[in-house]
Amino acid sequence: MHSRLTGWALQVGYDQRTVLHQLDVDIPDGAFTVIVGPNACGKSTLLRSLARLLKPSEGAVLLDGRAISSYSAKEVARIVGLLPQSSTAPDGITVVDLVSRGRFPHQKLLRQWSEVDERAVRDAMAATSVTDLATWPVDELSGGQRQRVWVAMALAQQTPLLLLDEPTTFLDIAHQVELLDLFGRLNRDSGRTLVAVLHDLNQASRYADNLLAMKDGRVVAQGAPRDIVTEDLVYEVFGLRARIIPDPESGTPLVIPLLGAH
Amino acid sequence: MSAVILPAGTRVLRLAGGRLSLRVDRRGTVVVLALTGFVLGLAALAVTLGEYPLTLGQIVGAFAGTESDGVRRIVVDGRLPRIVMAAVAGAALALSGAIFQSMTRNPLGSPDIIGFTTGAYTGALLVTLVVGGNYIAQAWGALAGGLAAAILVYVLAYTRGVQGFRLIVVGIAVSAMLHAVNGWLILRARLEEALAAATWGAGSFNEVGWRETVPVLVAVAVLVPLLVVFARPLALLEMGDDAARSLGVRPEVTRGILLVVGVALVAAITAAAGPISFVALAAPQLARRLARSAGVSLLPSAAMGAALLLASDVLAQRLLAPTQLPVGVITVCVGGVYLVALLISQARRQ
Repeated sequence: MHSRLTGWALQVGYDQRTVLHQLDVDIPDGAFTVIVGPNACGKSTLLRSLARLLKPSEGAVLLDGRAISSYSAKEVARIVGLLPQSSTAPDGITVVDLVSRGRFPHQKLLRQWSEVDERAVRDAMAATSVTDLATWPVDELSGGQRQRVWVAMALAQQTPLLLLDEPTTFLDIAHQVELLDLFGRLNRDSGRTLVAVLHDLNQASRYADNLLAMKDGRVVAQGAPRDIVTEDLVYEVFGLRARIIPDPESGTPLVIPLLGAH
Repeated sequence: MSAVILPAGTRVLRLAGGRLSLRVDRRGTVVVLALTGFVLGLAALAVTLGEYPLTLGQIVGAFAGTESDGVRRIVVDGRLPRIVMAAVAGAALALSGAIFQSMTRNPLGSPDIIGFTTGAYTGALLVTLVVGGNYIAQAWGALAGGLAAAILVYVLAYTRGVQGFRLIVVGIAVSAMLHAVNGWLILRARLEEALAAATWGAGSFNEVGWRETVPVLVAVAVLVPLLVVFARPLALLEMGDDAARSLGVRPEVTRGILLVVGVALVAAITAAAGPISFVALAAPQLARRLARSAGVSLLPSAAMGAALLLASDVLAQRLLAPTQLPVGVITVCVGGVYLVALLISQARRQ
């Protein structure tokens, strides 16, 4: 297994509170990695550190074997993309304008729009089915459409690694599945490496090649969902007593909480 | 080549076989051209107006050298520097307003509201009253005062990052404090200095000549290229720090440089003509409405600022002629109405 993006002995915190404790992690190339864990276990912090949004106080994030902090900001943005948990669309911006902002790391002051940019934006809008909405103001879209537009912006960036911070929050179940299917296709068809933070353990088990279970700033288990999702693990990570049965559709682990499990 | 559909209303200029390409917003370009035409027309009109009315033919003659020395002096040394100053100052103030409105993501986040202009005036006033000195000294004083006010506002508004609305409220408070300081500085000055400072404090181009205009032109020429480089990162920051950072923008660097540029633009104008309010506040929003752009855009804002301030200055000269009003009085009157309208529309939105 090869990994372009790795974290080594990461120690990350806010103010006095340490969130990640000496965490080691390898993101397998070409796989769909999903990070799960209870609230405040450091999932987002790990993702943001891997994308260089946070600076570790100790340890380092390595990209192609080199400290990520030694790259220029635009160099990183051409290799690693991140869909943040929340972003603000400027007032009155249209879908196509927002998506085209994803091309910024590839552009220069005197080279603001090439045919490569054009194609990348078209492809990103087609992949997320927002082509028909191209001239719409983003403020007038539904939550599901808006999230697809933000995904399109991240796709237009055309990074071989794409990190997604809780991409399905605030969406209803149909839109969640639609988006996760899209991520699955992106991963399979273009060989893009994806890393997502998800809340739903069952969805994570269904879509992930590589599941990363975290608790209290440490990685508790990592591997294929079928191999690692057990009743003991769910109890260890979430403190929840549950039965694990195979998902009747996909055969992946399905977590059924016991009655009065707490 | 496929037709460019991206983004809507945008045209791409390709030069040197596609190695250079510039994105041009069509509606924005039309607005900039129309406003520039308006400014040039108004400038031509303004040269003819004054105590000694001239015809356009005489103006052309003054430049061609066919008119008398007296006419030449009135046009080239008397009226022209003031017109150039009004237009350039308007553009500079509007750019500063656009920077801070974009950074705070709020149409009220303008240097004249959040205390930076007042701070620049405090700095310039201190230099004039305590040290004495020419425009250059005053300009450095204004820059130091403006930056000190900006840093004070940021420090007071800081709680785990700076949030736009909090910054504005703190800025209004700091602005009020600095107003009091300015009043106190003028009160304890000698009479003639106090009178001069008070006239200057209203914001006026009445005494402006090339001696004041040339340094302002130099300052603007140095600052604008920085703005060109940081215009797109500034626009990306409107989406939030995380989104901008993941696109390769460095938020702290961008904000730091643009803070200095924005304050320096205001300081350059304040040192030359005193604090002129409301152009920075109103021009970016009016331009935005005309150009229908997403977020504030710099070039239309600059053109709108030039048009607003030049028109205000022509009014200031001619409204009660021969009495010359300070242009700051006009902008405050017009801007006050705008501010009330803005506050009402903001209150309705919430």
